[in-house]
Amino acid sequence: MAAFYSFLAVLALIVIPWLGVGMGMGALFGIVLPYIAIIIFLVGFTMRIVDWAKSPIPFCIPTTGGQQKSLPWIKFSPWDNPYDKKGVFMRMVLEVLCFRSLFRNTSVKLQQEGPKVGYSSEKSLWLFALIFHYCFLLILVRHLRFFMAPVPYPVHIAEFMDSILQIGLPVMYQSDVLILVGLGFLLARRVFDGKVRYITLMQDYFPLLLLLGIVITGVWMRYVVKVDVIAVKELAMGIVTLHPHMPKAAIDPSVYAHLTLVCALFIYFPFSKLMHMGGVFLSPTRVVPNMSRRAMWVNPWNDPSIKPHSYAAYEDDFREKMIEAGLPVEKKA
Amino acid sequence: MYNAKYIIPGIIFFLALAFVPVVYNMGHKFEVTPELPRDQKDCVLPTQEMRDKHMQLLNEWRNEAVRDGSRIFVNAKGQKYVKSLTNTCMSCHPDKAKFCDRCHDTVGVAPYCWDCHNLTPDQKSPIPPVAQAATGGH
Repeated sequence: MAAFYSFLAVLALIVIPWLGVGMGMGALFGIVLPYIAIIIFLVGFTMRIVDWAKSPIPFCIPTTGGQQKSLPWIKFSPWDNPYDKKGVFMRMVLEVLCFRSLFRNTSVKLQQEGPKVGYSSEKSLWLFALIFHYCFLLILVRHLRFFMAPVPYPVHIAEFMDSILQIGLPVMYQSDVLILVGLGFLLARRVFDGKVRYITLMQDYFPLLLLLGIVITGVWMRYVVKVDVIAVKELAMGIVTLHPHMPKAAIDPSVYAHLTLVCALFIYFPFSKLMHMGGVFLSPTRVVPNMSRRAMWVNPWNDPSIKPHSYAAYEDDFREKMIEAGLPVEKKA
Repeated sequence: MYNAKYIIPGIIFFLALAFVPVVYNMGHKFEVTPELPRDQKDCVLPTQEMRDKHMQLLNEWRNEAVRDGSRIFVNAKGQKYVKSLTNTCMSCHPDKAKFCDRCHDTVGVAPYCWDCHNLTPDQKSPIPPVAQAATGGH
């Protein structure tokens, strides 16, 4: 049901602008909505980060993916169980760029004979997540060709590398194919794996289907209907130069459907699990060095008027009563 | 706010990144003006269709001419044209730099037509001159 409602929502986000533009509401979907979306995205994103930054970390809770630093002859893992800022930095670099913790993903299976649980390595989530994220980044960079004039050199490079196979005309982008493969896997995993489907909610299906909608409308525009790219750039440039105007030439309605889906993504972003983009930098399990045995972690929300009370002081308070009750004490009277 | 010395620069970096296109384009006027032929009114297909799908047409022309030897294109009005980029298209649009490149450069497209084709029908040598080769890249 969750998947079905998400699908309907995405479908509505395609059909509404498609029909709306036909009724002459191009400026609403082409100019007003993008501005609203970008403002909600930037303000919402910042507020969410500030909100997280204001929350104290009560305990030292890094995940310990390896041997911690202890005695000098014991080999330790500086990146998986960092003990200082340098280690945390490396852990974050590997986490953000290589999804290192996803690489450790395992799958659980009940054995055929008897109730035996088997764990095995499961790299497919890591691989397809990595494919999807890098393709998405590349597509974002490529899209700067519509928002910057003249087109900067790095965007040309991205464009050249991405279409280096020169298949078809307009030349096919490898990232367009790979992002569909990546998203397809991430969706299929939620639909066909019973264990994952059980914990999958609408907020998991919706962003996946929304992204698929964006990719499919994009592919449709480029390879099927072949929209007027100059008119699209005129519209985009109007938005980024803050002099928005509708282009003289007519634009295919699929452009507005694509744009509306992207706006929906931007608006939805700060309120959703997609905030992992910023949240990964504020995860105590990732950014706190494992120093719980070397340094005292003071919970920031502790009441400063309550002083530490050692065992020695406790024994001093109750020594007589403890001796009376026959409890062992460290210091006799 | 905790860890403000890391988080505030991070937020500023994020917001700055979002405004890169706005700052980059500031003060530039965006205009695309391909030079249109003065003596011709109609292209082989209607203008809007040419704007959207000329690459598809050229691709078909190439394949049909090279593979099937079919060199005559008949449009919806029944007019006949030779399927040739250099001799048909570029006889009306003789200057690649003033016509093709105006739009292609604007949106960062670098088609590989001129890897093989002459830049103009008047060109004597069959290979694009070295000085122009850079613009004909992809």
